[in-house]
Amino acid sequence: MSAEHEQHPLFMPLVFVGGLIFGFGLGFSHMAQPEVVINFLNFDDFGLLFVMGGAAVITGITFFGIGLFRERAPLTGSVYARRLKTLDRNVVLGGGIFGVGWGLSGICPGAAYASLGVGNIFILYGIAGMFVGAYIQGFVRSSRADEDAPATAAD
Amino acid sequence: MTATLQLSLVVGLAAELFPNGVSHYAVGGLLVGLGTAVIYFGTGIAAGASTFLESTLSYGSSLSRFQQYRPSRDWRVVFTLGIVAGAAVYALTFQSGLVSSGLYQPATTGQLYDVGGITLWLTDVQPWRLFLGGILIGIGTRVGKGCTSGHGVCGVGSASSASFVGVATFLLVAIGVAQLVAALGVSP
Repeated sequence: MSAEHEQHPLFMPLVFVGGLIFGFGLGFSHMAQPEVVINFLNFDDFGLLFVMGGAAVITGITFFGIGLFRERAPLTGSVYARRLKTLDRNVVLGGGIFGVGWGLSGICPGAAYASLGVGNIFILYGIAGMFVGAYIQGFVRSSRADEDAPATAAD
Repeated sequence: MTATLQLSLVVGLAAELFPNGVSHYAVGGLLVGLGTAVIYFGTGIAAGASTFLESTLSYGSSLSRFQQYRPSRDWRVVFTLGIVAGAAVYALTFQSGLVSSGLYQPATTGQLYDVGGITLWLTDVQPWRLFLGGILIGIGTRVGKGCTSGHGVCGVGSASSASFVGVATFLLVAIGVAQLVAALGVSP
């Protein structure tokens, strides 16, 4: 995925439209309301299972079905590939830290952006926090990478 | 007789587990999936929402960690603006009562307020919870390679074992933390 892939005139409009549908769905499902997420985590309302479940079913059908009809994406020429990350300790460690933050606040990145769209200006506290957290993590990773640089060239 | 009893048990259980119904959750979830699918179909990109944090930091920071996101940072901003705009379209239509549907349940949490005829929504959850939670989310999603959309939607949709582990981890931990916070009497 490189910048020249974004040359197609419809690339950015399509990404925007996809985001538009995504954000509308988060608003409609009330997942943009931290209270609803907190109620779910407290077993007061299991409805959110339908949000993540419904979304995963649609993407699952798309991700696995699309390869039967096409090999490459029309706007980028990229080969369709599933989203697979390496399973290591970091997935569990990071998932645990994210879980503490999610359980404490009831927000997650996508829903936080959507929350701003429904008028929840207080969510800016949460979004600011996310940038601070991402910066801290990047700072630590960068300093470690610089220390390791002579020994191991690739990260 | 037995069938009626079973049916009423099922209905009672559903009312207990889903006090606000399920239709708006399911429809919203299908739309979240559809948005992801549209981007994937056109570009081959399985878009997650949390990488935006790091990629956007590359505009203002020269830290080596963020530079790897330079090629994708522009479209990630567009994706995020799309999410905000989509939620605003929802606010303008269903939240404002301009459009209604039997599949849609109005908000029962937080506070609604009006700006120029548009009904907006505000959370009651305290700022310190949002800020502190946000910091942990910023660290955790970056260390753990994804969030509720990256792992939870795209990764699970890809049947990725790393994502199943990621989702199980953050879901179980979040349940524990939310229950603990509630038990400590922190509300909202």
